[in-house]
Amino acid sequence: MSDTNNLQEVLTLPLDGWHRAKGARMVPFAGYAMPIQYEGIMAEHLWTRESAGLFDVSHMGQLILSGDGADAALEAVTPSDLIGLKQGKQRYSMLLNEDGWIEDDMMVARAPMGLYLVVNGSEKAKDIAFLRAHLPDHLTLTHLEDRALLALQGPKAVDALARVVPGVDRLFFMEADSFIWANAGDPQPLWISRSGYTGEDGFEISVPADHAVALADVLAAQPEVKPIGLGARDSLRLEAGLPLYGHDLNDTTNPAMADLGFAVAKRRREAADFPGAASILIELNQGPPLTRLGFIVEGRQPVRENVELFDGDRSVGFVTSGGHSPCLGQPIGMALLEENWAKTGLTLEAEVRGKRVPVKTVPMPFVPHRYHRAISRQAKPDGSDIAPHQTKGAK
Amino acid sequence: MTRYFTDEHEWIDVDGSTATVGITSYAQEQLGDIVFVEVPASGASVSKGGEAAVVESVKAASDVYAPVSGTVTEGNAALADDPSLVNSDPEGAGWFFKLTLADPGELDGLMDEAGYKAFVAGL
Repeated sequence: MSDTNNLQEVLTLPLDGWHRAKGARMVPFAGYAMPIQYEGIMAEHLWTRESAGLFDVSHMGQLILSGDGADAALEAVTPSDLIGLKQGKQRYSMLLNEDGWIEDDMMVARAPMGLYLVVNGSEKAKDIAFLRAHLPDHLTLTHLEDRALLALQGPKAVDALARVVPGVDRLFFMEADSFIWANAGDPQPLWISRSGYTGEDGFEISVPADHAVALADVLAAQPEVKPIGLGARDSLRLEAGLPLYGHDLNDTTNPAMADLGFAVAKRRREAADFPGAASILIELNQGPPLTRLGFIVEGRQPVRENVELFDGDRSVGFVTSGGHSPCLGQPIGMALLEENWAKTGLTLEAEVRGKRVPVKTVPMPFVPHRYHRAISRQAKPDGSDIAPHQTKGAK
Repeated sequence: MTRYFTDEHEWIDVDGSTATVGITSYAQEQLGDIVFVEVPASGASVSKGGEAAVVESVKAASDVYAPVSGTVTEGNAALADDPSLVNSDPEGAGWFFKLTLADPGELDGLMDEAGYKAFVAGL
């Protein structure tokens, strides 16, 4: 059996000991020791879909951008409408370099102290440098290194969290606010958004690092809640059709290729004033040279990242994420496919270890989203309702 | 019948010139939920330390190496329908393949059960 552990300098997060005490298997991820699983990826995945899972995502970068005109300044490196982002609202966005390639994807919320950003753990150092280089000097970018980030995800997350932090149930999907957590007589401020990276209803909770263990304890003590590792986080986001930076997105993909047109705001399209707008707008209208699509595999063999897809002898694309879907009981994945093959309902072949495996392109998400939306909205038939997500998971 | 172990976490049961190969309980536990197994076809030749099978968990694919050289006589067909046998019974019904040994001398240097236990305890 092969061994794939990499030894490198690994930092610890505030819940390190907590995970170990819960029996987690720790692996290096984004430079930190993080829990890949507790009782097992499959069981954790299914538990999250039916009840509530507690995820430690403290590796992610929590940033505050403050100062006059922070929203307009941040718009210059995103395709989003941030000037129109109201207090207490959150939006899925991405950092674009000068040519419109994706430097990272992120969440942006308007908080009382400024714009609250959550960026990928693996990209945060680069993102901070990028933001400092591209934003005017009068703005202040603060890295909230003294805060941990927990995610509570699943249909029963709201029941569990509302018991600990009364009032959170008033938030709708992609809303955020400050809450005071009583914490047994030592009240602590929490910043909570109703969002996540699983396709389920749920919350993301920013907590002072010194109190992260106490919060994790009280949440994990709720009968609906079990701790969930990064392994299930990845399989959950894959079923939800949500892209992962460094895999489905990188600095050679743009929002059109990534099928993230929903994140290119109407106002920004009309003004054509975002990085790479000239080419991205054409690609959004006419189709990009490569497009992110979902596929399901016939049979049981997983078709993983970097596997090439063929139509006969013609190579037509490659897999960006792939693995077993615990809910569907079969392998699924995402691929970047050339223009003429970027449609659902096609049968292609994946070449895995020299053998051809049939795959079929399908709409995403693979498992329907169950967000708690303010206005009930039906997913479009083409599956393009890939909704905003909080960021990043594990491989 | 004698059981040997490799430091790559395969076990091999040897009975004269034939043997059965699988992965250890420690290995399946490290891999987690197994969703797919590719075993070698009957007639395939494998060489000691070479890739002989593939086991895929939810999160990754891993190679399984041949503990000794030989000719495969049977792959475990049951694993195609139920790869989770490797989790539930790794050192029994979850076997991977059977082979005819090319050179029984290659068994020298493999660990016995006590040796493997000590090896795993040191990991």
